Amino acid sequence: MDSAPACDSVRDSGVYLPRTVRTAAKILVVGHFGVGKTTFVGSLSEIRPLRTEETMTQAGAHLDDLAGTAGKTTTTVAMDFGRITINEGLVLYLFGAPGQQRFTRLWLDMTRGALGAVVLADTRRLEQSFDVMGLLEEHDLPYAVAVNHFDDAPSYPEEEIREALDLLPATPLVTCDARDRRSAGRALITLVDHLLHTRTTHREPV
Amino acid sequence: MTPATPRRERGLVRPYVVTDGRSHPTRNTFDLVTLVMAHTDRPLAGLSPEKRRMMELCLGGALSVAEIAGHLALPVSVVKVLLGDLVDSGHLATRAPIPSAQLPEAQILQEVLDGLRARL
Repeated sequence: MDSAPACDSVRDSGVYLPRTVRTAAKILVVGHFGVGKTTFVGSLSEIRPLRTEETMTQAGAHLDDLAGTAGKTTTTVAMDFGRITINEGLVLYLFGAPGQQRFTRLWLDMTRGALGAVVLADTRRLEQSFDVMGLLEEHDLPYAVAVNHFDDAPSYPEEEIREALDLLPATPLVTCDARDRRSAGRALITLVDHLLHTRTTHREPV
Repeated sequence: MTPATPRRERGLVRPYVVTDGRSHPTRNTFDLVTLVMAHTDRPLAGLSPEKRRMMELCLGGALSVAEIAGHLALPVSVVKVLLGDLVDSGHLATRAPIPSAQLPEAQILQEVLDGLRARL
């Protein structure tokens, strides 16, 4: 029984978590610029996806393709995220975030406690996925790769994509349409199935 | 004189002003998905405008740290500092996400899998 108190900041009653939720889990949706992270999160989220921005200070390192200017020391990193209520006690958050090496602090924050990650890839720019895959491996976060199929992108046999991305045999590879809820959902399910399988077969309880 | 009260505009007040120059919260227990709940019986008088906005948002129901940042259009780092103060003053309570060390992760994963399959 809810008495739904009025709140003028947020009128949409679906904004808040069900009262019964006790546990929050998170999964990352990562990939290079323009690969469809925000779209993927938006297709699956039950709330209007939200965005947070952090100003990152960074010495040196190479910058975004978009930024173009060298020597810049601060940059704004946006993180889009959404939410899926799994059951009455559990909620899952999906965080879409950039995969650049230089946002180390952001990465630590995001990966801490994350279950795993969906790496979105684009067949036209597969090599741009290496950075983010490397970061996930550094943080010991298991992942599945989902090729976001763009209408004008060439299709390759799975074997060729695996080889181009240098995937381990156990790493799942799926094709999806990030705009489509069911398709994005299948990619997410593939990841979770993989995580569960990996955990129950390879990791022993401490 | 004073312009119309800005609500969502960014950058009008610099984050370090909002936090009195602090960049770290009084406690280091906030994750992006830490769940935050408001105590309804605390007075809001005397709170800074940002803390008041945060309380008004949180009084509607439970939200994660990331959602609070998103709704208030404040950086997560700033939200964490403000949250720390509001927890210290008894205005807010938090429920930590499951600590990774004792995570019954297989169980969580199974629930997530079942939930996703049922919904999609």
